[in-house]
Amino acid sequence: MTTGLFFTQLLNGLQLGVLLFLLSAGLTLVFGIMNVVNLAHGSLYMMGAYFAAAGFNAFDGSFLAAALFAVPGTLLLGLLIERIVLANLYQRDHLDQVLATFGLILFFNEVVRFVWGASSVYMNVPSWLSGTVNLFGLPYPSYRFAIIAVGLAVGVGLYALINRTRVGMLIRAGASNPDMVSALGVNIKGLNTLVFGLGAALAGLAGLMAGPIVSVQAGMGEPILILTLVVIVTGGIGSIRGAFYGALIVGIVDTIGRAFLPTLLRELFDRSVAQAVGPAIASMLIYLLMAAVLALKPQGLFPVKHG
Amino acid sequence: MASSAAARIFAIVLLAGLALVPALAAWLDQPFWVTLFTRILIFALAAMGLNLVLGFGAMVSFGHAMYLGIGAYAVGILSYHGVDNGVVQLGVALVVGALVALGVGAICLRTSGMAFIMITLAFAQMLFFLAVSLREYGGDDGMQLKGRSLLGPLDLNNPTLLYYLAYALLLAVLFGFWRLVHARFGMVLRGCRSNERRMASMGFATFRYKLSAYVISALVCVLAGMLMANLTRFVAPSYMAWTVSGELIVMIVLGGLGTLIGPIAGATALLLVEEALSSLKLGVPWLDNLINQHWLALIGIFIVLVVLVLKQGIYGWLVAKKP
Repeated sequence: MTTGLFFTQLLNGLQLGVLLFLLSAGLTLVFGIMNVVNLAHGSLYMMGAYFAAAGFNAFDGSFLAAALFAVPGTLLLGLLIERIVLANLYQRDHLDQVLATFGLILFFNEVVRFVWGASSVYMNVPSWLSGTVNLFGLPYPSYRFAIIAVGLAVGVGLYALINRTRVGMLIRAGASNPDMVSALGVNIKGLNTLVFGLGAALAGLAGLMAGPIVSVQAGMGEPILILTLVVIVTGGIGSIRGAFYGALIVGIVDTIGRAFLPTLLRELFDRSVAQAVGPAIASMLIYLLMAAVLALKPQGLFPVKHG
Repeated sequence: MASSAAARIFAIVLLAGLALVPALAAWLDQPFWVTLFTRILIFALAAMGLNLVLGFGAMVSFGHAMYLGIGAYAVGILSYHGVDNGVVQLGVALVVGALVALGVGAICLRTSGMAFIMITLAFAQMLFFLAVSLREYGGDDGMQLKGRSLLGPLDLNNPTLLYYLAYALLLAVLFGFWRLVHARFGMVLRGCRSNERRMASMGFATFRYKLSAYVISALVCVLAGMLMANLTRFVAPSYMAWTVSGELIVMIVLGGLGTLIGPIAGATALLLVEEALSSLKLGVPWLDNLINQHWLALIGIFIVLVVLVLKQGIYGWLVAKKP
């Protein structure tokens, strides 16, 4: 294996990582502040990708139109879901939330199949990002590089929002003690809706960014939802910092594992053995990682400190 | 709860009704019903197993489909290698299932609440991808079994016999769970559901009780998985897709969480609704077509409504109505 290939895969891992971060940041915020598990987050990502593709194809290949469809569209959809379904479930236990959002997943998958058909929808990389960038002599697709840049920018923005603004302070306060925040005269319901909308918009952004590089189809939200859950559990539930590092770790470990583990095993074991177990272990790697983290630190790598 | 008269009547009617299915199917000349209801019994069995941890122990496992998968793949892989003795298959499946459940349970139970939901889901996914990567055994597409398990004089190729085998297992597990839940073990488990810290400070090793319950519930699902492989003569990773875990939870909540009969009622209700929607004929072609193709959307709405409205499930609602 060459160094160049390794770095390309590392960047691919980083790119998957920031995509996962966009999703897990929203999910972990929603969990941290509202104590709600929202499995339909993956559906929001899927809807974001579909909205983006719809905008892209309706305005003959304008990425801006795709963005204007995807992000506000998922934001609105997220607010609707929050008001109609989840707001009634804040006081219930996690089981009810899991079930209701599971129902939403089934619903949205079928809605997508009904509206856009069963086969996948395509959208292209915008022409101004279709080339490659030169990273220290290494050519890398501009679009993937743009994903990394957008993800990191969102990370910085979220950090500033949570730690440096008044709204962020209320979000942090709401996460540790919602009753007290409410007693201080803050509209906690409004705050909840705001946070949920923010999470939904981030999921939509992730869907928009992923649209050109994955096949946009019904059910595309589920695999990435599960990766997102792995990220959140590994990083520490409710922690943005945990989501960030967790996402990068999971993205990189998964990509590098899939790219190099089968070859590595082939050098250590018999060819037939390596061919049989290589892909299996590679696809299980992040789950093994998560199990190891939880066995050693049940609260995750970067637990939230309350109190 | 089970002491109320309405609940008892409901349970008896449900179980007796299920016992009569093959006779009714033969009488009305609908052999398909036997297959459908065998599926219902198998899912009822799995849901009942999951309910031991979910309902009585308040451990929301979102990964029990993987034990269905272990049971199914034990039958599939052994039969692929020419071992079709049902007893051997049963032994291997239970041992493998117990070992996996012990390991997975020991890690998962270190967490609770939300993390527990997610980590059980993640383990199930891990096994799902393992099955997908087993190219020798069909990989993503699954594999056709050469034959059903051989169980001495019992010929599982006879659908009615397979039905009654599933029914007998269901009754046996129901009876076993009834004893278990009302025994000391079940009381400790239910105590943990209400307040684990208090149970721990009273001196119970709550972890061991919870882990035992987890393993038992996993083994019931393994059993259901073996039946499933025998029913369909087919194993595939889709048996342990995470949506199956979700459906099992839906069945339990729909029927009545933490009741013995609830999961059976829930599995029957959900699968019958699914069957009805996917083959609905209202006489309006475009509407029929729409529903038959996109019935999952209706199931989705149905699930949301069940959660929002029917908080105690069918059985719990029946029991609560009459004091």
